[in-house]
Amino acid sequence: MQSGIQSSRARVEAGLGRRRRREIIFRVFGLAATMVGVFFLVAFFSTLIAKGSSAFVQTFLQLEVEYSEEALAPGGELDLEFADFDGIARAALRKKFSEVTTRNDRRELNRLISVGAGYQIRDAVISNPNLLGTTGMLEVPASANVDMLLKGNIDRDVPESQRPLSDQQIEWIDQLIADGSLVSKFNKALFVNGDSREPELAGIRGALMGSFYMLLITIALAFPIGAAAAIYLEEFAPKNRWADLIEVNINNLAAVPSIVFGLLGLAVFINWIGIPRSAPLVGGLVLSLLTLPVIIIAARAAIKAVPPSIREAAFGLGASKMQVVFHHVLPLAMPGMLTGAIIGMSRALGESAPLLMIGMVAFIVDVPASITDPATALPVQIYLWADSPERAFAERTSAAIIVLLGFLLLMNLAAVILRKKVERRW
Amino acid sequence: MVISSLKETGEYRRMTDMTQPKMIRDATTANAVKTGEPVVAGNKTVGNVRCANPFMVAENINVYYGDNHAIKDVTLEFAKNQVIALIGPSGCGKSTFLRCLNRMNDSIDSARVTGTITLDGQDIYSKDLDPVALRARVGMVFQKPNPFPKSIYDNVAYGPRIHGLANDRAELDDIVHTSLERAGLLKEVKDRLDEPGTGLSGGQQQRLCIARTIAVNPEVILMDEPCSALDPIATARIEDLMDELSENYAIVIVTHSMQQAARVSRRVAYFHLGHLIEVDDTDKIFTNPQHKLTDDYVTGRIG
Ligand SMILES: Nc1ncnc2c1ncn2[C@@H]1O[C@H](COP(=O)(O)OP(=O)(O)OP(=O)(O)O)[C@@H](O)[C@H]1O
Ligand SMILES: [Mg+2]
Repeated sequence: MQSGIQSSRARVEAGLGRRRRREIIFRVFGLAATMVGVFFLVAFFSTLIAKGSSAFVQTFLQLEVEYSEEALAPGGELDLEFADFDGIARAALRKKFSEVTTRNDRRELNRLISVGAGYQIRDAVISNPNLLGTTGMLEVPASANVDMLLKGNIDRDVPESQRPLSDQQIEWIDQLIADGSLVSKFNKALFVNGDSREPELAGIRGALMGSFYMLLITIALAFPIGAAAAIYLEEFAPKNRWADLIEVNINNLAAVPSIVFGLLGLAVFINWIGIPRSAPLVGGLVLSLLTLPVIIIAARAAIKAVPPSIREAAFGLGASKMQVVFHHVLPLAMPGMLTGAIIGMSRALGESAPLLMIGMVAFIVDVPASITDPATALPVQIYLWADSPERAFAERTSAAIIVLLGFLLLMNLAAVILRKKVERRW
Repeated sequence: MVISSLKETGEYRRMTDMTQPKMIRDATTANAVKTGEPVVAGNKTVGNVRCANPFMVAENINVYYGDNHAIKDVTLEFAKNQVIALIGPSGCGKSTFLRCLNRMNDSIDSARVTGTITLDGQDIYSKDLDPVALRARVGMVFQKPNPFPKSIYDNVAYGPRIHGLANDRAELDDIVHTSLERAGLLKEVKDRLDEPGTGLSGGQQQRLCIARTIAVNPEVILMDEPCSALDPIATARIEDLMDELSENYAIVIVTHSMQQAARVSRRVAYFHLGHLIEVDDTDKIFTNPQHKLTDDYVTGRIG
């Protein structure tokens, strides 16, 4: 007997070295895997920020604008139809360059101002008609090419024919820089404007609102429906072959490629029910379908994780099924259910493929004011901008991605806070 | 014999401290030798399943878990103001039988129960009896303390709340206090009723569960190994408590400890492989069992 114990001990000790070695190898692998993950994450974020952060500032031109009655009120009164707002902006710029006289040069010079300048003057005059006949300083957006030159995205050293700005234009820009007329400021347009063909005027507001409406619809539909389905399946449904079938199908649904949901939305919501294309309403419905399986699976897991002893205790006291579920099971499952919902929402926010199928990929300038107005979504906007040839859209693409990631981060933060709040302390 | 006389005089409980088990074990073996080997064998219940003034009656109960026949034709009567202990080797069906008495087996899909159980003359498996109402009358305490993740107060108040037993907050306070008092917990938790029930010690938690059960004012209390997770001191407190509670309730306790059965119960029912083998007064079971299987079990030859 004694010798038996001895030999067991010897064997255990002989094996110890091998066990320890295995542990060390595993640790090294684990660490390496983590490092690779962290490296890619850091690389991704740093390139993104390096590329996109410049889009948050924008170059403006300070001009002394003469709100001449001649241009704005040809008939004696302010006439929006015939008023030449662009002309005023151009005239203001031309005043700085008295040597520019030929038509060609004037046209070249005009290209330094964004078309947004005209809109800005119009807005200023409409909101304050007293400006008529006066002169005042105004800050108008410079054109995207000016902006790009200042940000160093246009190379002065390449031959003139290979860059969007001529030598002459660069000379003018240098003059403007020298006299302090070109200033860099926060790019408000990025956040308050809808999409535009002009990069310096393009903003994500429309896409943001589209995404917002869709998420609103998704959370309002998917969470209650998902939670109710999960509760029913877990607590009330008879456990038979049908329940198994439903379970398998829900799990499969969660793995269906999202574009298929887009096709479904196109067939059912647009072609059959007749909801207008490109509307956040359709998008929201499609994204609800998309997130529903995720929410149901997470909610069922959360409900399953509630200890049976709690159920037994409540049943033993004479609680009805409803009371057991709503007094004990749901409060304990709620953190898990909310986490599932937020994961689903995050997925919905980042989804673009199904939205392409339901026409939310159109070029839409107006910010949607309701769930039936045509709209795009943030990820689709990113796709659209990434597709644009203009150099200035590249940085805006990165900026939009930063905003999207910011919102995802915010949502996950909300999930953590919500969970902490709902979670019992004991 | 020693036990029964002590019991009559009411001194029984105080005497049954931690040194008692050995004495009982000695007495048991001594008697077994004196009366000779029990002769009865087979699966028919011996002893006396009936009792005076039965309050709850289980008649020919069979329980099946799918194909597994877990309880085989068991008949047993329970009286008020009496503690009956269910003993037997692991897996013999004690818990299963206990859970029939308040229809906790309803929630197990594979379980099927036949036979009749009446509570105060009323069939508890009849269609028009709601298990919710039944469980308010037949309370249950589980093996592992399972307080709700709520405050101590809310734990005890939960039953009265869902059954609408209190008309106002003052009445509810009153129920909570008396229940905690009777469970012997009030003194320890008086000043922290709004603290989580799960923050108590194991023994305190189990007494909280008992308080929670008696707050509904049941007529029968079922206890499934209520002390198996507790230390001897907490066990002693709960045994004291059972003794006090038996003044008002019919108590059915499942236990693996024969010493505990001897200490707290008036009658003992011995189960073996789903059969109810023997039922009799506690001292009789431990000193002079009729059935061979019972004798083997109480003398420690099986179990
Ligand atoms: N939920 C269930 N589903 C299927 N079979 C079960 C279930 N619960 C118990 N059984 C079976 O019923 C028989 C009796 O089990 P039970 O739990 O009543 O035994 P017990 O006497 O309480 O044992 P222990 O002393 O170990 O608690 C066992 O064979 C067990 O496997
Ligand atoms: Mg058991």
